[in-house]
Amino acid sequence: MPSTFPSDSVGPVSPQVAHFAEPLALDCGRSLADYQLVYETYGVLNSDSSNAVLICHALSGDHHVAGYYQDADSAKPGWWDNCIGPGKPIDTRHFFVVCCNNLGGCKGSTGPTSINPDSRKPYGPDFPIVTVKDWVHSQARLADRLGIRQWAAVIGGSLGGMQAMQWAITFPERLRHAVVIAAAPRLSAQNIAFNEVARQAILTDPDFHHGHYYEFGVVPRRGLMIARMLGHITYLSDEGMRTKFGRELRETGAPNFHFNFDSEFQVESYLRHQGRAFVDRFDANTYLLITKTLDYFDPAADFAEDLSAAFAQTRARFLVISFNTDWRFSPARSREIVRALVRAGRETSYAEVPSEHGHDTFLMPIPLYHDILRSYLTRVAQEIGDAA
Amino acid sequence: MRPELEIISAWIEPNTRVLDLGCGDGALLAYLAAHRQVSGYGLEIDTANLLACIQAGVNVIHADLEAGLADFGDGSFDYVLMTQTLQAVRHTEALLDEMLRVGRQGIVTFPSFGFWRYRLQIAMQGLMPVGKTLPYQWYDTPNVHLFTIRDFEQLCRRKGIAILQRTVLDHSHRIRRGPQLWPNLLGEIALYRLGRL
Repeated sequence: MPSTFPSDSVGPVSPQVAHFAEPLALDCGRSLADYQLVYETYGVLNSDSSNAVLICHALSGDHHVAGYYQDADSAKPGWWDNCIGPGKPIDTRHFFVVCCNNLGGCKGSTGPTSINPDSRKPYGPDFPIVTVKDWVHSQARLADRLGIRQWAAVIGGSLGGMQAMQWAITFPERLRHAVVIAAAPRLSAQNIAFNEVARQAILTDPDFHHGHYYEFGVVPRRGLMIARMLGHITYLSDEGMRTKFGRELRETGAPNFHFNFDSEFQVESYLRHQGRAFVDRFDANTYLLITKTLDYFDPAADFAEDLSAAFAQTRARFLVISFNTDWRFSPARSREIVRALVRAGRETSYAEVPSEHGHDTFLMPIPLYHDILRSYLTRVAQEIGDAA
Repeated sequence: MRPELEIISAWIEPNTRVLDLGCGDGALLAYLAAHRQVSGYGLEIDTANLLACIQAGVNVIHADLEAGLADFGDGSFDYVLMTQTLQAVRHTEALLDEMLRVGRQGIVTFPSFGFWRYRLQIAMQGLMPVGKTLPYQWYDTPNVHLFTIRDFEQLCRRKGIAILQRTVLDHSHRIRRGPQLWPNLLGEIALYRLGRL
């Protein structure tokens, strides 16, 4: 942890844990008798609890969104630190920001690595596959615990944006605004196909042991690494990769190819590095589970495949943002969301932000993107100020 | 802009749904929301304008009008507005059709090329007109179709578009008797409320 913090940082933070003893019924038909959510908060909850903002994380994210850990050896702040803090687009001088690690995660909330009370061993593959709707229900219980009846906004990128949508559908009265960034109303066959290849990489790793690898003291490193490498390709754009790596070789000035399968191109070593780093911080069973959560997300399914019918009952105002080079969840997918909102007569704004960074742009401080978030959330802050 | 806002506002029934094509900074929608309690959206392609709309709390959808209005259902709005936009789009006819498909009525405003000062500029100086409503040089203008009030009404007749109401503003952007009598010569800005015959 750095000894001093930038003035627009939330500074040192620490996670908190909320235990829930009341069983949570899940979409799959099973239920969790007992579970915990690990979460962080920044800023101060106002007297009428109207300034709370929920951040929903994506596939590989967690509850550590902003600020620095005291004991961490790395100087790296939370994953969306560039967007959350005093004076930043999600301004902690106005908002009380909450983010939890989702159920099924591997960063402290109950998930496959937690001990199954029945077997006294880690759940592993026996952990139920949870859905976005299950997450939203669990997050609502956390909101109850924190005394938050209604979020000023629920905000998320990618899978996080799907949670924001689901919040608006499941609990219309419990959020004023939904900010849906680089998301899709459901996965396409191509999206599911990529997820399936990632899963197969993990499932066929000899160290996977049907998901019970904890008992063997190993992890399916190769499988998880390949899954992450594949994922990473879908997070970047062709254009962005060309700018960042081109066909540069690792050894500068190397006159010849090696004519073997070592990593020679910069992009190869980048992907291998990303894959390796991921294995050290993420659990393979959680990865499998969350790719299924993504595949299953389809709010229109409950409304005869009519997304606008799903939105008809929502009360939140929406801000939808996409990025022009995002091909994982392209602008066309965001426009599907906007079209359905318009047909449902709901209030919405939509922006397609130019960026060469593809899907990953949602994590980056692109000026126009952050200006849009800042402008929108300034209005939200004024609104709750006026209401108070 | 002010007289235009007031005229359009007077034409619009309260508590209706409007779609504003090329909504700019959202001033018209904000005005209509405040004075006529309308709800709706603006479509805008320019990101600076988009940001201005969001700052103003106006619902704005980033869109290219040239791509049509396929995302919007038939008759899904009471009014579709196009203020000072028609002259800057390539697919004029298609957009007019789309406007009256999506909206029960359309409201169009444009700078008239037939305004006497513009005629004089061409006739006497031999230069393309530049003025308050056509503030660009020929080489940097966003306007791709310049037309007069008579041109527009001919097109409406040909397309079976009903002109439900028309107001013509003079050089001071006020409603005066002269421009209503000789609109094509004295009108600098034309405002129309349109419907299907």
